[in-house]
Amino acid sequence: MTSFLQDKQLTIAMTGEIDHHSAKEIMRDLGNKVDAYLPSLCVLDFRDVTFMDSSGIAIVIHTIRRMQEIGGTTRLQNIPPQPMKVLRAAGIEKIMQIEERSPAR
Amino acid sequence: MKCENYMQLTFPSRSANEAFARAAVACFAAQLDPTMDELGDIKTAVSEAVTNCIVHAYPDRIGLIALKARILPDGVLDLVIKDKGCGIEDVEAARRPAFTTGGAERSGMGFTIMETFMTDLKVTSQPGRGTTVHMRRKIVKRGERG
Repeated sequence: MTSFLQDKQLTIAMTGEIDHHSAKEIMRDLGNKVDAYLPSLCVLDFRDVTFMDSSGIAIVIHTIRRMQEIGGTTRLQNIPPQPMKVLRAAGIEKIMQIEERSPAR
Repeated sequence: MKCENYMQLTFPSRSANEAFARAAVACFAAQLDPTMDELGDIKTAVSEAVTNCIVHAYPDRIGLIALKARILPDGVLDLVIKDKGCGIEDVEAARRPAFTTGGAERSGMGFTIMETFMTDLKVTSQPGRGTTVHMRRKIVKRGERG
């Protein structure tokens, strides 16, 4: 996981496979970063996520809630087809706007 | 139904085995020549089923998970994932979207995802005895794809 902070915008790029095994650590690191920087916008970047199951949904929901608590918003970007399908199956589009990975890449 | 090929795995309910289980099933399913999309669906469903065993069937101990994959005629991948854990009191409730007893770390979408990504999903459970998840996915032959 790498993160980048600019103008109160925290971008967190997740990498590899997100499942129940890896989710605990991701959730903890993510929570620590949000608490440390208190951004107004948190962008979760999925470009380098090679697999994601419903554990990823819990991470997204957890982040949205935490950001709401501090008065900020969350955005998801560069979502590859497999994680996108999981997010869609969970109905994530009902609660937020999401961007698929741009076809140029 | 005639089984054309099969494989069986038994492994302890350690979370490191989630990735192992879905990769093993994906490798086995490769002989059906699935698309990346179909393979992604199968891996996701396996990951959900195995995670359920780890989180819910054996919440405070390591138990065994048995996984059987079969190839049936007409390119059907048949999967059975079985545990001897605590079982589910109310299977119907457990299958409802956003139902979870797993706390903030779980989304409650496991069964919904298995249902969405597989063609059939049967869940049988006996409290105190264990749970069996049976699911199928037909892999469309390349020539028949529209």
